[in-house]
Amino acid sequence: MPRLATLVENEDPQGLDALDALFPLTGRAHVVGVTGPPGAGKSTLVAELLRHIRGAGRRVAVLAVDPSSPISGGAVLGDRIRMMNHHADNGVFVRSMASRGRQGGLASATAGLVHLLDAVGYPLILIETVGTGQDGTDIASLADTVVVVEAPGLGDGVQAIKSGLLEVGDVIVINKADQPGAEDAQRLLRASFDLAHPNNGRFVPIVPTVSTTGIGVSDLLAAIDDHDAWLTETHQRSLRRERAARAEVLAGLRAALDRRLESGPGRSPELMALIGRVARRDLSPRRAVEALAVALDPPGRGNSIGD
Amino acid sequence: MGDNERRERDKTMEADASEARGAPVRILIAKPGLDGHDRGAKVLVRALRDAGFEVVYTGLFQTPEMIASAALQEDVQVIGLSILSGAHMALFPRIMDELHERGLEDVLVVAGGTIPKADIPHIKALGVAEVFGPGTRLATIADYIRDNAPRPSPLW
Repeated sequence: MPRLATLVENEDPQGLDALDALFPLTGRAHVVGVTGPPGAGKSTLVAELLRHIRGAGRRVAVLAVDPSSPISGGAVLGDRIRMMNHHADNGVFVRSMASRGRQGGLASATAGLVHLLDAVGYPLILIETVGTGQDGTDIASLADTVVVVEAPGLGDGVQAIKSGLLEVGDVIVINKADQPGAEDAQRLLRASFDLAHPNNGRFVPIVPTVSTTGIGVSDLLAAIDDHDAWLTETHQRSLRRERAARAEVLAGLRAALDRRLESGPGRSPELMALIGRVARRDLSPRRAVEALAVALDPPGRGNSIGD
Repeated sequence: MGDNERRERDKTMEADASEARGAPVRILIAKPGLDGHDRGAKVLVRALRDAGFEVVYTGLFQTPEMIASAALQEDVQVIGLSILSGAHMALFPRIMDELHERGLEDVLVVAGGTIPKADIPHIKALGVAEVFGPGTRLATIADYIRDNAPRPSPLW
């Protein structure tokens, strides 16, 4: 299975074919996205969560996503360090993934690995990722339950609200809750939620935790399980599944379009000529794009990309 | 478009794409045993990242079982063992055993640290491909890995 995960991640045709064959088996796992700004303590928190989950005898898989260097293409995948205690435990599977500079494609690749873990029977799948906007919300849409981990002093609460992460959060965690500012952060978040985010009429819990000692982690697990139950009771799960399917299909489509641009039209003499004209102020960028859109999608075929 | 046609076109597209990209090589760097000095390993991890590798770093105090189990789950192509404590002759045979037990014979295993030259033939006999002494240039290590890392093999 780890080899299959590699083939899926590398978009190897054999891996993707296998994934297609396994796809009907998916849809059973509870997928939990754990996101939040760097420095909030997500890795340590996930490691603590693992301890509690295993303590209850439940099987779990973790997908830890880290950013790739845009310059070298390499990555340091260091989330696993804190989870090494579970090495002998067959009920835990931990896999690290680099973002590889894919934009839409990251969600595609992550979704692929999630489906694989789901199909082989892990009932709970945690995706740990840095949420700094685009990637955070992309991956959030793949999850049934989104946990946003904040910490006091990482920039004020306004930053968190602006970044849009709170809008997708089903459970909010204030980690490092033993530090000054934690209570204020909690108050601020609670107030902003009450005002602005009805979230389908559900009360969004804010859970204080101290991941280094484990305080609050059992409450977090309970909140995650509660959300799972809520999804079932209110039939919201099918909406989440649609949201996830939409995210995955659109992400795959964008990645395919990117590839098309890179290969054919992206290198064509026509494109180079148009770009030259824009640089010389001979043609406006908008007209250049229109000309290209027409080339990709000739008129008379209904909706075109340029519309 | 029929299934076969679509499959052929997909294969060409994907082959072109991965040829252009070349999926990055995944490496596991581990510090086995009781060696508590990780600054060198961290420098190596960052240098390998800058050389374009994806590096899973498992940190200090790794048992042979932890290393092999991580290598299996992460499906890495290369394992780098960093050891400064002198316990390599005790630990490396056990590590290689754990790797064999999990069917990980194809993984490229290299080692680095304060390993006396006299021990190198013994270590290589265990299946460790190369040993890098202290002061080896990081670029040398990166180049060696790039030239010798296996590609992920197909499932069947």
